Amino acid sequence: MSKSVLKILATTALAGLIAAPAMAQTLGLGRPALPEEIAAWDVAVEPDGTGLPVGSGDVFTGEDLWVENCASCHGDFGEGAGAYPVIAGGEDTLTNRRPVKTVGSYWPYLSTVFDYVHRSMPFGNAQILSADDTYAIVAYILYSNAIVEDDFTLSNENFTDVVMPNAEGFYVDDRVETEFPIFVHDVCMSDCTAPVHITRRATDLQSTPEGAVTVFAPDRPSGVMDGAGAPEGGEGAAAPAEAPVEEAAAEPAMPALDPELVAAGEGLWRQCRSCHQIGEGARNGTGPLLTDVVGRHAGGVEGFRYSNPMTQAGEEGLIWTPETLDAFLADPRGYMRGTRMSFRGLRDEADRQAMIAYLQSQSQ
Amino acid sequence: MTDLSDDDTHKPAGVSRRGFLRTASLAAGGAALGGAASAQQADPLITEVQDWASMTGEGVDATPYGLPIRFEDDVVRRTVSWLTADPISSINFTPIHALDGTITPQGCAFERHHSGAIELSKDDYRLMITGLVDRPLVFTWEDLQRFPRENHVYFCECAANSGMEWAGAQLNGAQFTHGMIHNMEYSGIPLRLLLEEAGVQAEGQWVFVEGADASSNGRSIPLEKAMDDVLVAFTANGEALRKEHGYPVRLVVPGWEGNMWVKWVRRIGVNHSAVEAREETSKYTDLMPDGRARKWTWEMDTKSVITSPSPQKPITHGSGPLVITGLAWSGRGLIDRVDVSLDGGVNWQPARLGTQGGRYALSRFYLEIDWDGSPMLLQSRAVDENGYVQPTKDALREIRGLNSVYHNNGIQTWAVYENGAVENVEVSS
Repeated sequence: MSKSVLKILATTALAGLIAAPAMAQTLGLGRPALPEEIAAWDVAVEPDGTGLPVGSGDVFTGEDLWVENCASCHGDFGEGAGAYPVIAGGEDTLTNRRPVKTVGSYWPYLSTVFDYVHRSMPFGNAQILSADDTYAIVAYILYSNAIVEDDFTLSNENFTDVVMPNAEGFYVDDRVETEFPIFVHDVCMSDCTAPVHITRRATDLQSTPEGAVTVFAPDRPSGVMDGAGAPEGGEGAAAPAEAPVEEAAAEPAMPALDPELVAAGEGLWRQCRSCHQIGEGARNGTGPLLTDVVGRHAGGVEGFRYSNPMTQAGEEGLIWTPETLDAFLADPRGYMRGTRMSFRGLRDEADRQAMIAYLQSQSQ
Repeated sequence: MTDLSDDDTHKPAGVSRRGFLRTASLAAGGAALGGAASAQQADPLITEVQDWASMTGEGVDATPYGLPIRFEDDVVRRTVSWLTADPISSINFTPIHALDGTITPQGCAFERHHSGAIELSKDDYRLMITGLVDRPLVFTWEDLQRFPRENHVYFCECAANSGMEWAGAQLNGAQFTHGMIHNMEYSGIPLRLLLEEAGVQAEGQWVFVEGADASSNGRSIPLEKAMDDVLVAFTANGEALRKEHGYPVRLVVPGWEGNMWVKWVRRIGVNHSAVEAREETSKYTDLMPDGRARKWTWEMDTKSVITSPSPQKPITHGSGPLVITGLAWSGRGLIDRVDVSLDGGVNWQPARLGTQGGRYALSRFYLEIDWDGSPMLLQSRAVDENGYVQPTKDALREIRGLNSVYHNNGIQTWAVYENGAVENVEVSS
């Protein structure tokens, strides 16, 4: 038991503990939870395997599921995309100035991986993965961290046999023992240190959002605070945008689609497909189906629950053309404030042209 | 006050020439207007009849639910976009530099979501108690309204508050360095009563609390804490929780890191041991210099910050009477005292506690001085009821290194320049 728990035991009035739960008077409120309700919500998995569903999945199945559901944010091999979490690698970096905390280098329990993937992933489309899918994805994550070989199959049977590399890397909060003896002392009021000098300034790092320090622009117009360009730098900073590609100016009047461009766009579609479906038999998912999106009114798919701004834009006449799609895809939330689409957008103009060509190829 | 002559600090660093001139003239103008005896000509705001003194204002039917007047439209939550990959799983910051007293209005209280702020109605709300209990139960919103309630003021601080400052002064504003905190009055049911209703079995040593949002943000809490002062809360500052604060029901875990204050709480499982979920292993653990990490670092250490003057709240009135004010808090009990230094921690003087918060609530301190216009290195230092003295950042780094991310409660330094501009700095110690 942690020291802090002991402290609570020692310092509180023990009122809660004396009123032993089992003996307490009840009010008779609430109703019994049904077994199927408990099964639906009580899905937590603990380090000793408690809560694991029956099932199994292998690395190769996991790789396919990974590419489909996870890679757009976490990279094909768990290397991370943009500022999204890195899942694999990072061995022996925990004492570095920039440690890389991954499942392999940091996470102490495999149960945590299963629990989180099953309960909270994919981001924006959580709780869709079956038990077998989850075992397969977790197997792939283990493989990408070189913890298992590519012929490995993970199941509820062998789950607790897997030992995570950093299993021994954690200890319970010891601040009371290690820090209190240093920081509990009489206060010094005068001549506490030699005269001091400035050693660091926030402005050296230039990472404060622009417009936040208002005094130097007291007469600034309202609204300039929003979306001021974020400076580079700092952990988790996005990689600089690639140099804009020249050419690819949108031509008027229905040009024939460039097959290479369409193919490139189809390649990029992987970033979209965890939320959107396209082509024959496509259905609405987290995002609306995108078959025939070119030429359609914004917010125009029956039965999909759009954000209010998207619905309103459609009602006001916004039609998805190559031009409007280009503006939207360049900066979805900048173009359509309040959109539910969490995708960060395609910064590269060539990528946008390819994506739009692919969308056109899937439109009448 | 502070001799910075061995440094180049007389020229405000990072202040553009244009900004410097504008600030300087502001300060001069402020000084001229500020002295009542020095007014040379009559103030037209006084001598001429103004529109608002002649015509009528808005009727009582104009604003069924009010927002702050437009002149305050820069007192808003702000984000730091490079911190996270996506604003849906991200954090924003309370404008603490612009607030006074101790209560944080819900509308500008910082938000942290892991899958965005969801819309969950009271009608659709269910709370389930499962696990090692005699009677697994489901409560509706109406059920919960029939339990006895309590009211308490508590601060909620993200464990990562000031986390960007470990490696050195980084963000230029109290909002960004210390704004992952809010302080509200909650009404709610002691969690103890709900657990007693279900009947906790002897093997039950922990509760695991999950939200209804896609992240679930599950956290394990030892039963002792759950039975002590944890609340299942409905209202903050007298009105229903705002959507972004967990409407209709959130957990309140006094003194402990904000991540445990699960929003939209839907399930409380009673377990034999900690679940060791993602938010209590891969996140919210504190990497130490030896490469191992502390876990279960729940209590928020004793801490304070001067909110004004601060980089977003510089001195615009020139020398003379100056109010220095800030906030102090402790996740380990009451704030006993706060001291303020004008010279970077060499000498200290006691501040006045304008509001002494209760246990696990913010206190507000003030120190009124006669500023002579010379540069200052402002610091505040909180002392809690246990005699714990808020440490310097260097003292913390000596123990925890630079990779700790969470629980930075080190002393903050603001450099104040002759023109009144203020900057986030660190000083030798």
